[in-house]
Amino acid sequence: MIKVRGLTKSFGAQPVLRGIDLDMPDRSITVIIGRSGGGKSVFLKHLLGLLRPDSGQVMINGTDITNLGVRAMDEVRQHYGVVFQGGALFDSLTCFDNVAFPLREKTKLGHREIAERVEQRLGQVGLAGVGPKYPAEISGGMRKRVAFARALVTDPEIVFFDEPTTGLDPVLVNTIHRLILDLHRALGFTAVMVSHEIPEIFALADTVAMLHDGRIVAVGPPAAIQGSEDPVVRQFIHGEPELSK
Amino acid sequence: MTEPPVPTFARPFETIGRGTIELIDVLGRFGTFFGLAVVSMVTPPFKVRAFVDRLHYIGYLSLLIIILTGAFTGMVLGLQVYLTLSRFGSEAFLGPAVALSLIRELGPVLAALMVTGRAGSALTAEIGIMRITEQIDALTVMALNPFRYLVTPSILAGIVTFPMMTALFDVVGIFGGYLVGVKLLGLSEGTYFGEMRTFVDFADVMTGFWKSLSFGAIVTWVATYKGFYVGHGAEGVARATTQSVVLASVLILVWDYFLGSILP
Repeated sequence: MIKVRGLTKSFGAQPVLRGIDLDMPDRSITVIIGRSGGGKSVFLKHLLGLLRPDSGQVMINGTDITNLGVRAMDEVRQHYGVVFQGGALFDSLTCFDNVAFPLREKTKLGHREIAERVEQRLGQVGLAGVGPKYPAEISGGMRKRVAFARALVTDPEIVFFDEPTTGLDPVLVNTIHRLILDLHRALGFTAVMVSHEIPEIFALADTVAMLHDGRIVAVGPPAAIQGSEDPVVRQFIHGEPELSK
Repeated sequence: MTEPPVPTFARPFETIGRGTIELIDVLGRFGTFFGLAVVSMVTPPFKVRAFVDRLHYIGYLSLLIIILTGAFTGMVLGLQVYLTLSRFGSEAFLGPAVALSLIRELGPVLAALMVTGRAGSALTAEIGIMRITEQIDALTVMALNPFRYLVTPSILAGIVTFPMMTALFDVVGIFGGYLVGVKLLGLSEGTYFGEMRTFVDFADVMTGFWKSLSFGAIVTWVATYKGFYVGHGAEGVARATTQSVVLASVLILVWDYFLGSILP
């Protein structure tokens, strides 16, 4: 279970998170939606331990990670898998080596076992045989899927997805969402996703939380968010143009 | 709570104070960065493969430019020093003049400046791009220390390769001076090398060695620091790369003067 309580963060005089409270249940898919600049990526970086808040708590399986030292934070991160917005694949490594990287660096598995696990994960994301290619030699959608394979190769308990479908065409968006759903069912991880994809994420999420202006303004099952009367939520999910000021 | 406005007469002091704090902050970060790299150098796990990659990247790939610049520096020295010495009838000292200039001064400095231009800038750009494309964050969230993969191997490779490249620069430069002084201008081979043995001693070689070793640390330290704390986007990488080359070059010259004045 991930619990966030009273999380605040400012950069200089600019408040970005203004007191976030949110629960993300185990083995469920929680999607955080909201407009650009609303603080979604900053919030995600707090969950990953890449930023420290000004105040508040981020509890991962009962441990508050906001004040952990480097080693203790690394212990928590052993349970993480992360898919970054652009994939964040290492350019100098092949797709196979990218997926194998966490296994080679963090486990004592032999070459054969690593190769089997990498091929298995690449197969699960529909990229069997792509291993020898470099990230620059494959399409954007394929890079995202390689990033999925790398995030999942260590069998993490929690997987974070930072806008995993940005820049993809509608067919690929649905393909990636279907893939996330299938992998979630097969592997049973807790998924936390930041996304803009409305209405597609409503078919994917167990819980949707809307972050606006540094606060969670609505949280609940997809149907509740879709039926929300909150004008901010309605404006976002219906894509209404900005109200004149 | 917002701060009260600063009265007009106090604004220059505010500017100076703010600048001073920022400078101390940057210097502190710069120093801490090197300290962390040193700690990673002496504590396991050691990333041998990353170190070997950096040896290849910083050292091997710079060989051509080192040989080229070394040869022409030696040839220019051979020509100019011969012409100057011939005015006093002291052409016999061409060998030691070329060798001492190269070993004590020009070899370490020019080799370092050349490698700064070739490998230092590329190192900053590479690490900077890894930062803006979240590859460094990816290492961090995999519970892997990016310092061990990117910074420590680079600094260690700089410390190892710079003295070697300087030695190569010196040897090629002395040979360039030989080509011009002996083969072109007619000085005897025995005079060129014989006088060199008389006047160049081990302390001169060690001066060049300590300079090149410290330049290796400075160039890679600056290059990795600037890449690690790059600004946003392509513009940030471009700015960091320029700053890296300029800062490393200036530090080489300042540190060269400092070492030149304290080493024998």
